Amino acid sequence: MLSAESLKKIDREIAKYPADQKQSAVMAALVIAQDEKGWLAPETIDFVGGYLGMAPVAVYEVASFYNMYNLQPTGKFKLTICTCLPCGLQGSLAAADHLKSRLGIDFNETTPDGKFTLKEGECMGACAMAPVVLVNNKRMCDSMSNSKLDALVDELGKGA
Amino acid sequence: MAMLKVEVDGQGLEVPHGSTVMEAANRLGIFVPHFCYHKKLSIAANCRMCLVQVEKAPKPMPACATPVTDGMKVWTHSEAAKKAQSGVMEFLLINHPLDCPICDQGGECQLQDLAVGYGGSASRYTEAKRVVFHKNIGPLVSAEEMSRCIHCTRCVRFGQEVAGVMELGMIGRGEHSEIVSFVGKTVDSELSGNMIDICPVGALTSKPFRYSARTWELNRRKTVSPHDSLGANLIAQTKQDRVLRVVPLENEAVNECWISDRDRFSYEALNSAERLTTPMIKEDGRWREADWQSALALVAKRLGEVKAARGASAIGTLVSASATLEEMHLAQKLTRAIGSENVDFRLRQSDFSADGKRAGAPWLGMPVADIASLDRVLVVGSFLRKDHPVLASRFRIAGKRIQQLNIIHSSDDELLMAVANKAIVPPNELPEVLGQVVKAVAEKKEQPVPSAVAALEVRDDTRKIAASLCSGKAVGLFLGNFAEQHPRAAELHSLMQMLSELVGARFGVLGQSANSVGGHIANCVPGAGGLNASAMISSPRSAYVLFGMEPELDCADSAQATKAMRGAEFVVAISTYAGNATEYADVLLPLAPYTETSGTYVNCEGRVQAFNAVVRAAGQSRPGWKILRVLGNLLELPGFDQESSEAVRAELGAQSGWTARLDNRVNGVAVSLGAGNSHALQRVADVPIYFSDPIVRRAESLQMTRDARPPQARMRASVAQKLGVSAGDRVRVKQAGEVALDVIIDDRLPEGVVRIAAAHPTTAALGAMFGELSVERA
Repeated sequence: MLSAESLKKIDREIAKYPADQKQSAVMAALVIAQDEKGWLAPETIDFVGGYLGMAPVAVYEVASFYNMYNLQPTGKFKLTICTCLPCGLQGSLAAADHLKSRLGIDFNETTPDGKFTLKEGECMGACAMAPVVLVNNKRMCDSMSNSKLDALVDELGKGA
Repeated sequence: MAMLKVEVDGQGLEVPHGSTVMEAANRLGIFVPHFCYHKKLSIAANCRMCLVQVEKAPKPMPACATPVTDGMKVWTHSEAAKKAQSGVMEFLLINHPLDCPICDQGGECQLQDLAVGYGGSASRYTEAKRVVFHKNIGPLVSAEEMSRCIHCTRCVRFGQEVAGVMELGMIGRGEHSEIVSFVGKTVDSELSGNMIDICPVGALTSKPFRYSARTWELNRRKTVSPHDSLGANLIAQTKQDRVLRVVPLENEAVNECWISDRDRFSYEALNSAERLTTPMIKEDGRWREADWQSALALVAKRLGEVKAARGASAIGTLVSASATLEEMHLAQKLTRAIGSENVDFRLRQSDFSADGKRAGAPWLGMPVADIASLDRVLVVGSFLRKDHPVLASRFRIAGKRIQQLNIIHSSDDELLMAVANKAIVPPNELPEVLGQVVKAVAEKKEQPVPSAVAALEVRDDTRKIAASLCSGKAVGLFLGNFAEQHPRAAELHSLMQMLSELVGARFGVLGQSANSVGGHIANCVPGAGGLNASAMISSPRSAYVLFGMEPELDCADSAQATKAMRGAEFVVAISTYAGNATEYADVLLPLAPYTETSGTYVNCEGRVQAFNAVVRAAGQSRPGWKILRVLGNLLELPGFDQESSEAVRAELGAQSGWTARLDNRVNGVAVSLGAGNSHALQRVADVPIYFSDPIVRRAESLQMTRDARPPQARMRASVAQKLGVSAGDRVRVKQAGEVALDVIIDDRLPEGVVRIAAAHPTTAALGAMFGELSVERA
């Protein structure tokens, strides 16, 4: 189900906890699984549960609790913009509107070419540098003015 | 340990270290409102309803999760506490639908009750309420109105902690939280119905009961479960002489507050259209309805004729092991008064060589409640979870503390509990493997090795089991149903006895049915010269009296039983359902099931549990003791003039005498181990949980569960490979007869066996539950 490489990474995470508490590695395991598959399909969740000796629904509880796990397939680039209060006061709602009109999609939608998915995010701990956009859970872009947003979309669009 | 002084609402008491405020308040009889707290489950403290005021604490504290400290002062009903509680109530009601008038929980709803006590008369909330989609989680538990859920997670914790499998979970976060099963899966636990009871609102309700009555219209009557040896205490809720629902009656010593789905939902069969409601007589091959007088007179006449022509020993009586003590007593009394010793209730047993060598009635060997205090356990030959669902939960919970569970069996079924060591072998090797444990224990304890086991070579897995047993202080050894049904059951029993003496352990049998112990107390077993259940089938009788059982499904050898019935001159079936008896019986007499008769069960721990009828008998059904008594009168036998079931029971003497007869010891059973290895495929037969007796077989909703799927031929991948078949293939299985089944690969089975369930019409033709069989592609 998951590649040997991913399983090796998961084993490394499991090794960090006592042998009878494998389930402590569930969040890390889900991140690794998502990195490989792009999103967490029910089969993937089921597999992770089996690998860690957890009930699948217990893994699903974790996967559905946190925003950064994708329970649906996303576009090649998932742009998550923080709309919590501090970012909101610093213009993130306007930035979000700009992204929406630029990409032609609303939150939780994917562009028809499958390149971009737009998500609303929770606080990323970078309120001083609002508005904040996170690309594919890994790359954080701060102080996103409209021009920086356009540049980001252009850059990603070209690379794809 | 030092006790802690605490004052709740001005009343002082001392509680042990680690007690919570909730427990302290309960001990004083003070009610603290709560939803998520349940005394049998772990503490979640997520409903916040039990907030109380604690001295020196700046904020209200949840009573269920606040440990008592020495000198603590708590107010559960002060202004501050009440304000906190009504605040929580207001939040809980924000999203709760106002559908109490159509809600099945209405009238027995904790939220409804507490809203009256702690809620406002009107809501200040005017925005839209959230909607949670309904789910289909199987045929037993209804999750049709999940908007009612208040997210107490009792159902989730019940699954994790008591049922042993987490089938429901709470996904999402905050306002988006909801209780779901994993992507459309059903809830398949054999204890799932308890989630309905512990749900404090109407989110999880009973699917079979749904919309059939309001709770305040129902009468509540105590009764006892007829399905397994535990004898779970039940409350049957009835309306207009129909049982509409069954719920547990709390009894800490027996079933705590849980019952199995089999106990809970089998009542559907009591209202089934298949009920036999009038006496029937077969005349010239055709059935006609008859009145009791003529039907019973015919039975008396025909039994008399058989006796006159072929002697009384040509008559055999087979009694269901879930018949009441009174019924069993009269059945054996009637048979013996006719002059026959052929009477038995041990229908699925195949080895009777311990008869006459027993010191008393086999039983659990200890009170049920003692299971929790055992630190080492060995269970031999048991489909523990399916045969004893509620008893198994006691092992499961004890296993989370210090108890080490060891298993010797022919199938490594998922028990949903921690198993320390196991030896999984084909059925014909069970005695040898148990013998190895005996030898290993004797060696470890430096005791003389019993000669019967001296020649055995001890394998690694059995040595580990022996080491586990030797390291315990309180050890329990149990023989399961599979061991009791085993063709070498007496040897297994005898080996268990040796082991218990060596280890200094208590040992017992888990018990096959509701009245397995009672059958011995009523002496419903053959005496000298009598035939046991198996012999009555293998050397067919001319006449049979069948009481509450279906020979083709309830006997050890279904094929032979069917043949014996077909060949008999005269068969009278005293039965709740006609079933297949219409093929071979001559008279059918409608028997009142457990809800329609008074009677007594003696459960596995020897607890005598008497009950009364909860509803009037359906149609012309009559309680079994009355049928047998009148039959005795018509046969002009002495001693059949009892006026009540109590009078029947009184003939068995004082109850103190019954308990004195509980004794598992056997004397003089020859144990000869190391018999030649058979290379033929062995049958492993379980009695599926929802086919175990005539009542459950007809319980509609239970028959829709996964546990009620028709039997398949289960085998290891390696066995399938040798046979040249693969999963899903149709195969012909030949034993005494031949049936066609689908192959399922199941690597939990040992080499050399095929597991095919018994007690099911599709496999009845195969015959004995144990033995050799052959499999080939169809």
